[in-house]
Amino acid sequence: MPKQIHLAAHFPGVNNTTVWSDPASGSHIEFDSFREFAQVAERGKLDFIFLAEGLRLREQNDRIYDLDVVGRPDTFTVLAALAAVTDRIGLTGTINSTFNEPYEVARQFASLDHLSGGRAAWNVVTSWDAFTGENFRRGGFLAQGDRYDRARSFLQTATELFDSWRGDEVVADKDSGTFLADPHPGAFAHRDRFFDIAGQFDVPRSPQGRPVIFQAGDSDEGRDFAAASADAIFSRHSTLEAGQAFYADVKGRLPKFGRSRDELLILPAATFVLGDTEDEAAELAQEVRLAQVSPATAIKFLEQLWNRDLSDHDPDGPLPSVDPVVGENTIARGRASVRMHRDPVATAAEWRAKAEAEGLTTRELIVEVTGRQSFIGTPQTVADTIDRYVQADASDGFILVPHLTPGGMAPFVDRVVPLLQERGVFRADYEGTTLRDHLGLPLRHTDGASAAAS
Amino acid sequence: MPHPPIHLVAALDGAGWHPAAWREPGARPAELLTAGYWSDLVQEAERGLLDAVTLEDAFALQSDDPFVADDRTDRVRGRLDAVLVAARVAPTTRHIGFLPTAVVTHTEPFHLSKAIATLDYVSSGRAGVRVQVAARPDVAAHLGRRELPPVDRDAVATAPVVVELFDEAADYVEVLRRLWDSWEDDAEIRDAATGRFVDVDKLHYIDFEGRHFSVRGPSITPRPPQGQPLVAALGHAEVPWRLIGRSADVGFVTPTDAADAARLVAAVRTEQAAAGREAETVHVLGDLLVVLDDDATAAADRLARLDDVAGAPLRSDARVFTGTPAQLADLLMEWQRAGLTGFRLRPAVLPDDLEQVTRGLVPELQRRGAFRTGYEAATLRGLLGLGRPANRYATA
Repeated sequence: MPKQIHLAAHFPGVNNTTVWSDPASGSHIEFDSFREFAQVAERGKLDFIFLAEGLRLREQNDRIYDLDVVGRPDTFTVLAALAAVTDRIGLTGTINSTFNEPYEVARQFASLDHLSGGRAAWNVVTSWDAFTGENFRRGGFLAQGDRYDRARSFLQTATELFDSWRGDEVVADKDSGTFLADPHPGAFAHRDRFFDIAGQFDVPRSPQGRPVIFQAGDSDEGRDFAAASADAIFSRHSTLEAGQAFYADVKGRLPKFGRSRDELLILPAATFVLGDTEDEAAELAQEVRLAQVSPATAIKFLEQLWNRDLSDHDPDGPLPSVDPVVGENTIARGRASVRMHRDPVATAAEWRAKAEAEGLTTRELIVEVTGRQSFIGTPQTVADTIDRYVQADASDGFILVPHLTPGGMAPFVDRVVPLLQERGVFRADYEGTTLRDHLGLPLRHTDGASAAAS
Repeated sequence: MPHPPIHLVAALDGAGWHPAAWREPGARPAELLTAGYWSDLVQEAERGLLDAVTLEDAFALQSDDPFVADDRTDRVRGRLDAVLVAARVAPTTRHIGFLPTAVVTHTEPFHLSKAIATLDYVSSGRAGVRVQVAARPDVAAHLGRRELPPVDRDAVATAPVVVELFDEAADYVEVLRRLWDSWEDDAEIRDAATGRFVDVDKLHYIDFEGRHFSVRGPSITPRPPQGQPLVAALGHAEVPWRLIGRSADVGFVTPTDAADAARLVAAVRTEQAAAGREAETVHVLGDLLVVLDDDATAAADRLARLDDVAGAPLRSDARVFTGTPAQLADLLMEWQRAGLTGFRLRPAVLPDDLEQVTRGLVPELQRRGAFRTGYEAATLRGLLGLGRPANRYATA
């Protein structure tokens, strides 16, 4: 039997993926947009929807960045409301471990899991920047080197809270008058250099026991963190070769944490453009890329690598001849992607070489290096490609990011999903009720061991 | 002149406010952690045209004595996050407002601000929050963010740590309110010609600097539909009344009789004036724990039976009312004349006493011209007679 594909829909966030100037683009704040987005994804029997998080409006050149979608609602609140207008689809939210406390986050996820009948998932991210910290009591105190240690401790502590109720404490027997089988449920005590907490957790065990845990880390440390403790990885390696390399690497790390290969799913983010013919899709994809990378946006991208003001640079001319300013990125703040530029001078040199070889202007170059969609083609080609990638172990499926809110998933759901269903590589309907059921993940138990889902 | 309308809020908590409520025939104690249970209750309150529901919460298991944890196994224990319950229920209702409880002592105002703003979006303008201070040392140990000293029970109303926590709560509400205003209503411009999604001149840093925290802003969530969602608080003494006077739109107080109601209203008005808010509407609602039945003897018998099951007479910070819906209507109208603008009713048993409110009390008040006969506004502010406020940062 071929591998079954897992598919999810990412509500587009505050970056240039969203073509907000398109007349079909709706609100990214109003609940109706989220309702439509989630209901379309559920119509397609997708595993889950995914919401990102932002805790400070981005700035560039000391001004709030205004070229992309700005603003978003609160992740937990939207997911809880979506539980009311959907029945089966999983509800995944990114929640930062730096600007929260384990007790509060654990009770929010346990509550969401109860309120959704077992559909909650947590993408655990970590941050250390003082810029975001200015919005919080805690401030931006975290040393960069501590971020995985604290995230690991945070997740461990939250897990202890999730597991502090075994699941058999609430009896609620009216006749005998016994509500609790245990006089002191939810007891916990955790002490390490990050958290020193003790007492009783107040939310009884939720349907999934723990929410499904996602990780997005890509560094060696991040991969180990995921291999040790996550149920799924939200990766960014969506090409065949890079996907296979990442897949083999991370799956290969599982045995040293006593876990089997099917206990961690690898789900890269992916974009797509569909057309009735290959040519039409390619043409549309190019249009979308140009809309995503306006001349002004191209300059902003350039500045993010160059780490200097390039507002006078001509987007239709060649790349700047000066080199990037090396060191802490000060031009763009609140934007995690700038940290991906680990050697800006070398990257700039690569970009220059590519632009010269292919005769590209600055904007054309930026379109090439940032904008190419993962899957472009007819529904048949895209279905073939996705299936091929998954069967070739480039991933276990994809988290799809449409370029339009809220209707951008509909073409995929209506045209690609049926083809995958016909091939028998994607579910025709939901078989279980919880997100762990959809993902084929075992329930995880108090002692850290796994057991088959009931 | 028509009778000034009474505002009614239903206080929802567990199986009801009597410790034996969960053992009643109509109780659903095994469903207290399900969405269906809460949707059913709020929809019942909405059928009764109530202004809003409150949802209790705390960062601790329930206890008979709210100041001390206990190990009882014969009471409801365990609950869900109130803001998320409200968000889950909101799309299943159309008119009623939500005032979930949020602990401010241990949480981030930035997070709560966007959560309540988002609750306002998912409910199309029906959100508020009931802010609550948590002074217990054992609750502080759950969060680990700060240590709090034990508070002398008899001096709780004036203990320095309590005074400080309420001052901090006022700062917290100030941050909530500034963040809700940190986007002007028309900040999102989607100007394709210039490529600008927002007008950055209409986004505002709030730059709050207080003794306990500072917050830069702006919010990540645009200004909510109501502009300012409602802020509510419960108070039994001068320090919390000061918070109500300084910061709240709705204060809950616990009068014992009409004269006491007048005294409590005056106390809140004094604090409101001291805060320079005389011109603003602050609703003062009286809390009552209600045991209602079709005749007064039946109600008294029911309470006696519940007390018997619980093994002790019902104790409450609020007055316990036992009687018929018509008798309760008499009392509410008398207390309204003392200056209260409405009531927060705590049903002893859910859904029984809530249904007595929606199907007994409400028609009775309607007959007397003292309660709405249909929802007259689309937002919670509207139901409470409050306009949509101007944005403090708007210059035009």
